[in-house]
Amino acid sequence: MSKKIKYKTSFGDQLMWILTLLMAISVLVLMVWMGWQMYHSARPSIQRFGFSFIIGRVWDPVKEQFGALPFIYGTIVTSLIALLLAAPIGLSVAIFLNEMALSKVRTVIGFLVEMLAAIPSVVYGLWGIFVLAPWLRETVEPGLAKWLGFIPFFKGSPVGFGMLAGGLILAIMILPTIAAISREVMAAVPNMQREAALALGATKWEMIRLAVLPYAKSGIMGGVMLGLGRALGETMAVTMVIGNRPDILLSLFAPAYSMAAVIANEFTEATYDLYLSALVEIGLILFGITLILNVFARLLIWSVAKGPKGGSLV
Amino acid sequence: MGQSISVRDLEAWYGSNKTLKGIHMDIALNNVTAIIGPSGCGKSTFVRCINRMHETMPGTKVKGEIILDGVSIYDQDPVALRKRVGMVFQKPNPFPSMSIYDNVVAGVKLNGMTQKHKLQAIAEKSLRMAALWDEVKDRLNYSGMSLSGGQQQRLCIARALAVEPSVLLMDEPASALDPIATMHIEELIRQLKADYTILIVTHNMQQAARIADSTAFFLNGELVEHGPTSDIFTNPSDKRTEDYISGRFG
Repeated sequence: MSKKIKYKTSFGDQLMWILTLLMAISVLVLMVWMGWQMYHSARPSIQRFGFSFIIGRVWDPVKEQFGALPFIYGTIVTSLIALLLAAPIGLSVAIFLNEMALSKVRTVIGFLVEMLAAIPSVVYGLWGIFVLAPWLRETVEPGLAKWLGFIPFFKGSPVGFGMLAGGLILAIMILPTIAAISREVMAAVPNMQREAALALGATKWEMIRLAVLPYAKSGIMGGVMLGLGRALGETMAVTMVIGNRPDILLSLFAPAYSMAAVIANEFTEATYDLYLSALVEIGLILFGITLILNVFARLLIWSVAKGPKGGSLV
Repeated sequence: MGQSISVRDLEAWYGSNKTLKGIHMDIALNNVTAIIGPSGCGKSTFVRCINRMHETMPGTKVKGEIILDGVSIYDQDPVALRKRVGMVFQKPNPFPSMSIYDNVVAGVKLNGMTQKHKLQAIAEKSLRMAALWDEVKDRLNYSGMSLSGGQQQRLCIARALAVEPSVLLMDEPASALDPIATMHIEELIRQLKADYTILIVTHNMQQAARIADSTAFFLNGELVEHGPTSDIFTNPSDKRTEDYISGRFG
């Protein structure tokens, strides 16, 4: 007969167990509660418009007509632009700092890049209004229209304030996140992995490709996803440069709107309940998109980290 | 076919710490040469100089001359040199994101080889040479990390052999392994010396006695004595060598 073994735990450990468990649960409770509250407040709008809220293209509070598609479109497009620009640049910065730069250069540039993350977003917005948008309007957008105008994204008159400006601002803002995390996971690659590649006659780049990037892959993807999460939710800087017009246009030069921006801008003007409810529903959709994206990212990272059969990177 | 190596006045530093203080040594081709000595005597630094791996660490410095097959290694591109001078490390270090097969051919692919049937032939040949083929032939697409420590080390040997170097440097290749895996590796080294010049660092004197044709004793960054293994172990000419092999220090 087997006897159940009792483990004696000290009172302090029990107390800590309970305390930390409570804290952990409170986070979960908070999230569920928030989701439910939002759903509750958004219900009038959900009942009134149903699915057409998500695919509706008209946002007209005067006529009590609410469709969120322009905001969803604006958020996704600006975030994608940000990701496409910031991921390769951030990764390059990390590779340079980690594998190429002398240690002094590494410290200085690394610090400066991380400083980018400390700048308040409203300051980015101001810079966007006074520097970035005029520059886009006068130099970049006419140039793009001239050389790449056959692509619909780069057609149209240069406005300055639009999705391109929003995407660029976001790219700058998420760059430090991607660079810092990539750098950290690359620094965690054991040196003997690098030496394994070098000893086979790999050049520096081949060593990075063979030993560093595959080892750090899942962590780098995590950093990129974190950056994307920030881009989706960023409000202030985007609202200041995106033009705030609920249109869906292919041209990246055109003014648009984002989910976070419309909530922040119109919340105080929401004079009747349905209007308020529609705004909350936008918040709920943003919440949902971020959640789905994170789950998807987690799955992706797991599948990458697993590697070939019988092995695991993490 | 192996290649002979001549080392002249080799000095090496880690920062301000001088780990090699003027080494003169000739290494015969198609021989197993063991480097023995206490920890910190510079034996690892010495082999790491021969494929110019030492210089890849920040803050290191090298002076002197190493001549491989008549040409100074410092007149060569280190990348090209390392294709001729393979290396096996103390701890097995297969690439964890790669399968067994991909690990073996990783270096060959760097050389631009892409034909699948040739790669497969090289993989099989290298794994056979490393005495690992029979154990992994049915699961070449499994992760290199799914193997035991001893198998991983033989995988790393196969990976080094696949590039067809003429010199093989081994930095305490069996120190992280159990006795049976060690026996496998030693057997392998004995077979490989027909085609390779092998330099093996070991802290295990019995191992040196078992596998090496000649043995070099390093102490405090200097080469104390180098000669046929039997002479070093039975009739050393230097008092310090005798003290070390008889276990009086180290």
